This record gives sequence, structure tokens and C-alpha cells, in this order.
Amino acid sequence: MSDEKKPNRRDFIFTATAAVGAVGAGAAAWPLIDQMNPDASVKALASTEVDVSSLQPGQSVTVLWRGKPVFIKRRTENEINEARNVIISDLKHPEKDEDRAKNPEWLVMLGVCTHLGCVPLGDKGEYGGWFCPCHGSHYDTSGRIRKGPAPTNLEIPKYEFVNSNTIKIG
Amino acid sequence: MSDHNYTPSSKFGKWFNDRLPLLTLANHLTDYPTPKNLNYWWTFGGILTFCLITQIITGLVLAMHYIAHADLAFSSVEHIMRDVNYGWLIRYIHANGASMFFLAVYIHIFRSLFYGSYKAPREIIWILGIMIYLLMMAAAFMGYVLPWGQMSFWGATVITNLFSAIPLVGESITTWLWGGYSVDNPTLTRFFTLHYLIPFLILGLVVLHIWALHVPGNNNPVGIDIQKPSKDTVPFHPYIVIKDLFALLLFMIVFAFFVFYSPNILGHADNYIEANPLVTPAHIVPEWYLLPFYAILRSIPDKLLGVVAMLSAIFILAALPWLDTSKVRSAVFRPLYKQFYWILVIDVLILGYVGAMPAEGLYLLIARVATAYYFLHFLLILPILGKIEKTTPLPLSITSPVLGGSADLAMAKNTDVRKEKL
Repeated sequence: MSDEKKPNRRDFIFTATAAVGAVGAGAAAWPLIDQMNPDASVKALASTEVDVSSLQPGQSVTVLWRGKPVFIKRRTENEINEARNVIISDLKHPEKDEDRAKNPEWLVMLGVCTHLGCVPLGDKGEYGGWFCPCHGSHYDTSGRIRKGPAPTNLEIPKYEFVNSNTIKIG
Repeated sequence: MSDHNYTPSSKFGKWFNDRLPLLTLANHLTDYPTPKNLNYWWTFGGILTFCLITQIITGLVLAMHYIAHADLAFSSVEHIMRDVNYGWLIRYIHANGASMFFLAVYIHIFRSLFYGSYKAPREIIWILGIMIYLLMMAAAFMGYVLPWGQMSFWGATVITNLFSAIPLVGESITTWLWGGYSVDNPTLTRFFTLHYLIPFLILGLVVLHIWALHVPGNNNPVGIDIQKPSKDTVPFHPYIVIKDLFALLLFMIVFAFFVFYSPNILGHADNYIEANPLVTPAHIVPEWYLLPFYAILRSIPDKLLGVVAMLSAIFILAALPWLDTSKVRSAVFRPLYKQFYWILVIDVLILGYVGAMPAEGLYLLIARVATAYYFLHFLLILPILGKIEKTTPLPLSITSPVLGGSADLAMAKNTDVRKEKL
């Protein structure tokens, strides 16, 4: 074909055919890709209720929600003060403790290190909160990242107090 | 090439070959002219083929007994170890076979680095090799997840979380990889499927790797172009076949030592504890063959940059034919490169060592220096070295230094002395 030629009817047909083919291939590929996303049975396990009446201040419990550990910690006065007296601008991921724990005594968060997903250990680390043994991230008593490779604070899931003894996660 | 003129001797052979030229291929493979000065570092291609076949056969057998389900995987592996006839042997060969495979591939890669086998006209062979290496790492990682022990589970969690470092879509990609909100049964079944598939992809790439090799022919320890066929070459069969088989026997002794005398020394005791999503083992380390890259990941105190550095450390190898600007292939004639080569070897060994250690204090410092040097070697030292290095004279042919016809008289002399000793 000569370079000077303007697109003719045949070029239009080629382009249109290729475009329809590409859309068809994409449409055919989508179910094959989407089947790998969480299925209906996985999504159905969306919420968990936990009875926390037996927890004393300073104690914590770890429950499984959507295959992930959730830390429920009943914090002591000291821990709450420590978490609330931090200068926010010093934090790597600035968040007020008031925004993380609606009820200051109760801290509910995902026990999944935001670095690469290990479970941090409680009452450890340089800030008296959590410490991830995998790659050395230190979290404070509000679960905020203070030192190490993790980019963000421990995530707070959606939760609510169903009554004074029961927390519903999810 | 000589085999263009090949005609089978039998009448049936001729009839068949005219329709499907398999005999021409077989003839090409036996007569394939090979440099006569190949040393034992060149036997690892054959050894790697053996490793791949071993992994495929033992894997096939294991898949007959293994159950890919989060509730049953761990006990089905124990069932293989205790109940299945010779199950312990087959599983130990498969598990240690992965380590042997990587041992051989690292020797194979570092042989290429020393003798400049990645340089023109062999860039495609090299890049295919890097693709095979990447697939090997994927296969090894997924295979390690299948027993569903603690290291399996947490290794899978850490590695799949690498994808969450991607900006914006990272979380969705991770969820998609998992098929849920954490590593769980859907993750296990898809890893099993992919673990079964990848070796056959590797097999396909190996065919291309060898095909690409047979176009220019083998590089050799002197690293110069040779006439094929000529007095510089020997036919692949029987000369190289027998030499490869001998090297393979020696390799199998090492292999058998691990399988029969210390089958678990390369693994982690934690993997004999069933996966528990609530407890992370105190010290997570990948298998030894991934440690240098793990050290690079951990040496950078930022999640995204750490992942980028780790992947770059692998992909930078694909650009090596263009980063190394020297026209001389073999390190034998590159006095400066030879020294930097050994520094790189030591650097990678150090990275491997600190990768196994906790990421803190002095170890972290060493990891950072070693990571910086790794990139320095490829991005700065190699490009500059090719421009400023004064290489020693190359011989005119493989044969000439032996017969005294070298451009470098001193070398001709040395080889003469060596010849007399022989």
C-alpha cells in the first residue's frame, strides 16, 4: 500500500473488525478474571459479634473476621493518656486517638501489619503498643505506626457496640 | 549449517523425514558443533534440564495424593509422608529438588556473568533465561504454600501483600489474588493450579532458550567467535553428552546427600505446624534461594520503594547486555571486570546472609550497603568499566593459543607449558 493514500473503505473495515474483535475478547476474558475475586460465600461472612464482658482493663482479645485477626483491647488509663498526649504532627500517619477509638477505653482494629500483613505482637515495641516481628514496625497504644517500614496505622474496621457487652464487627 | 544436507539412510526414515523432519532435528542435535574448550561450568544447562524433568515427574506423582483444600492440605502432605508407598522419598526429592534447581541455576547465571555469555549475539538467550528464572521463583513460592504450614501461610501473606504497595489499585489486586480478604482456601486452590501450570511454561521457554542457543552456538571460556564446524569444535554427541552425564552424576551425589541425609535442613521447622491465621511465626524467612532479594526488600524503609527495589534487582538483569558496554566477553581477558565480578558474588552472598537475619541494627546497615553496591555494579560500574578498561589481547582462535599462535605470546607460552604437563 502506498503511504500517500487516504484511508479507504477497506481500511475502515479492517479497523472496525479489529475493534469489535478486541471488545469481544475483552468481554470473554472478564468472567475468567472476575472469577478470582471474592465469591458470594466469602462475602457472606461479612460480620462477627464478640462478647467482651470478661475483658479487664489492660487485656485484649483477638478474634477472626473475614479470615483476618481483629484486636479488641480494653485500654488502661495510662495507655489512653499516652495515646492522647502525642503531638499529632510527629506521626508518620497523623490520626487523632479520638478518631480511632470512639470509646477511649476500647480500641478495635485489624491485627494486620500494614507493611506486609503479619500479625503484630501485643504489649511490645518501643511505644508500648504493638510490634511486628516480620520487618520491625512499632505501633503505639493507639495502633499508630511510629517506627519501621509500615506506611499507615493499623486499620480500624467498621464496628459498633450492639450493647455494652457486645461489639459487632463488619 | 551442515545438517541441511542430512538424508536418513533407511528408506522408511527418508519417507518419514520428508513428511516430518524429526530425524533432521535429531541429527542436528547430535552433530551440533560445540566449542572444544567448554569447561565444567558449561554442564549446568544439562543439569538444569534434569532438575526440571525431576520436578515435573515427582510433582505429577505428588499431585495424585495431595488435596488442595485449606482443611485437608496439611494432613494430606503428612499422609504422603507416612502412608503413601515411597511418598516420603518422592516428596523429599521434590522439596530438595527445588533447592537443587536453584543451586544449579545460580551457577548457570554466574557462569554467564563471568564469561559474558549474555552479550551479542546471545541477548535473547539471556532474556529467555531471566524469564525462566522468574517463573522458577513463582513456581517455587507457590509450591512452598501448598503444604499449608505456618511458613506456607505467612510466606504467602507477605509475598501477596507486596502487591498492595501498588498505588490506588494495590488493595483490589491483593483481594483479587486472594479470592477473599486474606490468604485462605481460594488462594490455596489457585496456587495449586498455577504451580501445576508453570513448569510446563518453563519447559516451553527452555525449548526457545535452546533454540536461540543453537543459532549462534555456545559461548566458550575464551569468549571469542569461532568457526562452526571447524577444528575449534567437537560434535555434541558423544563428547558433550558424556561430559554432561559425568557432571550430572556428581551433581546427583550432592542431591542424594540432601534427600537421604538431611532432607529438612533447607526448610523451616515452622512449616511442620499447620497454618494459623492468628499467629505469625516469630521469624519469617523465605527459602534460601530468595534471601538476597528479601534482604533488598527489607533494606528500604518505605513499602512501595522496597518492593520497587526488589523487583528492579531482578529486572535489571534483563538489561545487562546493554549495561555492560565492553566488547570483550570473557572475564579472562578483563582484569578489572574479573575483580568486580568476584565483589558482586560476595555482595550477593552477603545479601543472602543478612536476608536470613533479623532486619535491625548492624544487619540492616550491612543490607543497605550491599543493596546500594548491587545496583552500583550494574548501573555505574559495568557501563563505565567497558569504556575505560584495558583488556588483555584475545587469542585468534580457541586452538591457536594451544598451538602457540596466540596474539599474546605470554599466554601462548603458558598454555604450552600446560600442554606439556598434560
